[in-house]
Amino acid sequence: MSDLLRLGLHDLHVHLGGKMVPFAGYEMPVQYPAGVMKEHLHTRSAAGFFDVSHMGQVILRPKTDMARLCAGFEALMPVDVAGLAQGRQRYGLFTNDEGGILDDLMFANRGDHLFVVVNAACKAADIAHMQAHLSAVADVIPVTDRALFALQGPGAEAALGALLPGVAAMRFMDVAILPWQGAEVWVSRSGYTGEDGFELSVADGQALAFAQTLLAQDGVMPIGLGARDSLRLEAGLCLYGHDIDTTTTPVEAGLTWAIQKVRRTGGAREGGFPGAARILRELAEGPSRLRVGLRPEGRAPMREGTALFAGEDAAGTVTSGGFGPSVEAPVAMGYVPTTLSTPGTRLEGEVRGKRLPVTVAALPFVTTTYKR
Amino acid sequence: MKYTKEHEWLRVEGDLVVVGITEHAATQLGDVVFVELPEPETVVAEGDEVVVIESVKAASDILAPVDGEIVAVNQKLVDQPGLVNEDPTGAAWFFKMKLDDLSVLDDLMDEDEYNDLIG
Repeated sequence: MSDLLRLGLHDLHVHLGGKMVPFAGYEMPVQYPAGVMKEHLHTRSAAGFFDVSHMGQVILRPKTDMARLCAGFEALMPVDVAGLAQGRQRYGLFTNDEGGILDDLMFANRGDHLFVVVNAACKAADIAHMQAHLSAVADVIPVTDRALFALQGPGAEAALGALLPGVAAMRFMDVAILPWQGAEVWVSRSGYTGEDGFELSVADGQALAFAQTLLAQDGVMPIGLGARDSLRLEAGLCLYGHDIDTTTTPVEAGLTWAIQKVRRTGGAREGGFPGAARILRELAEGPSRLRVGLRPEGRAPMREGTALFAGEDAAGTVTSGGFGPSVEAPVAMGYVPTTLSTPGTRLEGEVRGKRLPVTVAALPFVTTTYKR
Repeated sequence: MKYTKEHEWLRVEGDLVVVGITEHAATQLGDVVFVELPEPETVVAEGDEVVVIESVKAASDILAPVDGEIVAVNQKLVDQPGLVNEDPTGAAWFFKMKLDDLSVLDDLMDEDEYNDLIG
């Protein structure tokens, strides 16, 4: 794994018994000795600590004023940037001219600048994309000297509160800069597991001490990428490169909730983003296919790539699938023709040459517990 | 007990051979969530894919370790796939085989040789 990058806390993960595997150019802990199942269930019942420092952190600092920066950023996404209040975070999507998705991301309004978090595998392309399109209105500044952690689960507030008392007052998608041992921790009340929780950007010099202090709190356990994947799948959240990519539009992906009214047809700032013609048309007329939840009826997981059928007709493909430890059954997501997207529709998935029954299901598979 | 390099164990029980996977293999696989067993009375050749086993991470096959006939399968694993992690060398046996000649087991690894293999 010599050409792979290492996390700043690589030695801590090895010390904790993490099994390191290549992911998005990094050596990442896929699981710890407890294993994926226990790590998953622990996150849903207590608190899971994730090191997601492979993800890209970027500051967009306006060259003149925030209004011009927000307008420039809006030109890259079908999302309301200008209307995001200071101290709040929002989900965004970079689209291409065909309406496909270049990446999904989180961005926060921190008063005099925007803070953006993008996927690890896309971060070089995303930074180039922002530099190419925003250079007139912003300095695009990759943040390369901070770790990024997530603390997720019903015990997250109490555990993190021991270090950062200010977090109890935060609501879902609030952001704040809180002091810890003389330096700043950049906090957002968000995550990617379906649970209440926080994402934490910590200066490299403090990252080890911060992680160890957090791991020493009651109920906090380190969680690897394996459980991160099963947690987000149960929560119905998309994994870029699997459930969404340049061939899927936000409407097909069921991400219309991320497209605020102000950017839609008839809105004050309608259109004006890459792929607007297709995306606005699909919003008005409906897409030809949709991402749906899928519940295999048997015990056999239907994994990514499983072909779906309605009778003899091809009916799409599974884009993420596996076993849902909280659901205690296999769960999956995939794209099906819109006519077959109603929950309860019975299809078949081909597993090892056999067609097995699978039912279209509402997402998420678990009840989310965001603190709104 | 005898072992294969595919991380299966074989135990002679009367005139039958019981087959399962080693603790090392079960740990490597992670939490097992699905087991698909062959039909009993299936004649198999060494290397045939006879069992499908899926963990939370991935699917893998278990191969027939020697030529013979599968005469019994452990149906309990279908309902309780987690047994593979809890008791891989005991309750979580996969199938029992009838062999023409038990001496083929002499070619397999003994425990010391297997432990050397997994280091």
